Amino acid sequence: MIELRHVSKSYGPGRFARPVIEDCSFTVEANHFTVMMGPSGSGKSTLIRLVAGFEKPSAGEILVNDRPVTGPGQDRLVVFQESALFPWMTTRENVQYGPRARGELTGTGRARTDFLLEKVGLHAFRERYPAQLSGGMQRRAELARALVNNPAIMILDEPFRGLDALTKKMMIEYYAGLSAESPRTNLFVTTDVDEAIFLANRLLVMSHIPARVREVIEVDLPRPRSFTRILLDGRANALKMAALSLLHEEAMKAFGGGNIPAADFIEAHRRRVAAM
Amino acid sequence: MTQQAAIITPDSGRLLRFRTAALPRLLFNRSSRRAIVSILAAIALWQLGATSREWLGWPVPVLGHVPAPDAVLVAWYHVLGDAGYWQSWYQSFLRVAMGFAAATAIGVPFGLTLAMSPTCRGIVLPVFELLRPIPPLAWVPASILFWPTQELSIDFVIFLGAFYTIVLNVLGGAETIDIRLVQAARSMGASRINIFRRIILPGVLPSIGAGMEVAIGITWEVVVAAEMISGGGSGGASGAGGGLGFFIWNSYVGGSYPDIVVGMISIGIAGYGSSALVRLLQTRLTPWLEAR
Ligand SMILES: Nc1ncnc2c1ncn2[C@@H]1O[C@H](COP(=O)(O)OP(=O)(O)OP(=O)(O)O)[C@@H](O)[C@H]1O
Ligand SMILES: [Mg+2]
Repeated sequence: MIELRHVSKSYGPGRFARPVIEDCSFTVEANHFTVMMGPSGSGKSTLIRLVAGFEKPSAGEILVNDRPVTGPGQDRLVVFQESALFPWMTTRENVQYGPRARGELTGTGRARTDFLLEKVGLHAFRERYPAQLSGGMQRRAELARALVNNPAIMILDEPFRGLDALTKKMMIEYYAGLSAESPRTNLFVTTDVDEAIFLANRLLVMSHIPARVREVIEVDLPRPRSFTRILLDGRANALKMAALSLLHEEAMKAFGGGNIPAADFIEAHRRRVAAM
Repeated sequence: MTQQAAIITPDSGRLLRFRTAALPRLLFNRSSRRAIVSILAAIALWQLGATSREWLGWPVPVLGHVPAPDAVLVAWYHVLGDAGYWQSWYQSFLRVAMGFAAATAIGVPFGLTLAMSPTCRGIVLPVFELLRPIPPLAWVPASILFWPTQELSIDFVIFLGAFYTIVLNVLGGAETIDIRLVQAARSMGASRINIFRRIILPGVLPSIGAGMEVAIGITWEVVVAAEMISGGGSGGASGAGGGLGFFIWNSYVGGSYPDIVVGMISIGIAGYGSSALVRLLQTRLTPWLEAR
């Protein structure tokens, strides 16, 4: 379980400090799938870095399983928004890195790496270096590198960004299946509403910068879910619309700073939503 | 260095596998053909300038005052049988190898220590930065005074030339390492030693390679000048040749001008060859940079 209590974070020295996160509190339930959505530049990645323990909050506290976060820990694994594969290791070496570093690369460990590489469709590319992979392949390699460690808490910052629609759907379904098989606490950042609804138990819609939870939406759709069923499900669509309209509002604040065209845009969007 | 490479590339066979089929391809591809033609043309121009001395009534600049290629070839042919000439090659190479090896062996760990520890950096870097602007050649007289043999003093000056470059490159390279890579490794439970070996070291390796490549060029500049200044070190005194730099200087003093050019070209070849060796080592050490 992850708990944030009145967390703030600002960058910059003294008087010039710019708050990126302000008085942000939320809970990520154990073995639940919590998805975070918010406008671009609102501070989601910053929040992730705080939870991961790579940076310290300016104020407030973060608890993981009731213990304050003081630094990165093996219980939490982060998949960064940008690719962070080790350029000097082949895809397979990258995936094997965690187990090998801990001295756990045994026979079953090796089999698991190969299985995961197969699963994310990179077995044929296992001897390639990251620079030889496409952007989407790099994302998948990174997911495999994280999954092989089987962490209790997974923190994923837009892990499926840059994948084509079909691969993305397959990866989402696969990842949802994994989480159903072996319960895991997930904190998952995305900008894709369909992805969010498909995966989430709970949806956190973040405000425009400085980040705060604007609204918590419980996504109590039955599992296992499928994209077609969600498409036809009225409740799912209502949740989706609710999330979208909040997001647009916040995005417009970020974008237009409350000017008249932006307000008109939001109003037009409200009417469109109401008409549905 | 080879040991580090073995850590980074698990199949260290890659380090030793030379491509033999590459040679004919290298000689006959388009850019090689162009290179050969342009070198031949330059030699022809040189021959023309050096023998005619005047073009259209004007004295030929530079070329009119240097020995012609044919004279240089003849001089070279004579010198090939001379043990002193080969002794000069050997001595210069030995000095470069000693100074360069010492600079790498000391500079890389030194740079890494500075990069890893802000405290060390704070204490050592000011002194380092104070000494760095002093050109290696300015050290020649002082180092002759404080090293027991002249040979060591020349090695030391060469070492200095390469050392600064390698250290600065290691420092710069460590700065460019993506912090997220270290963070990712840390959150996977890697120890500090493992992170150093498998993340920091390979991350700095391209910069070490680049530093070595620049440094080997500097060592040749330094060795020649140092040999000229010091009178060829111990070898010069015994008359058995005091390095290629001394060979040039001696030819000048003795008035055998074609030999000056022979010495110059020899240094060019030696410098090119050692740079090529360093580059080869570099591509073996950082195979992932080739794979793009
Ligand atoms: N190290 C830093 N120093 C200064 N400002 C920073 C730093 N990191 C982030 N910021 C600022 O914080 C804000 C939020 O950045 P962040 O990357 O967290 O956004 P995000 O919500 O992840 O956006 P996106 O959806 O586009 O990835 C940005 O305005 C950025 O300029
Ligand atoms: Mg982000």
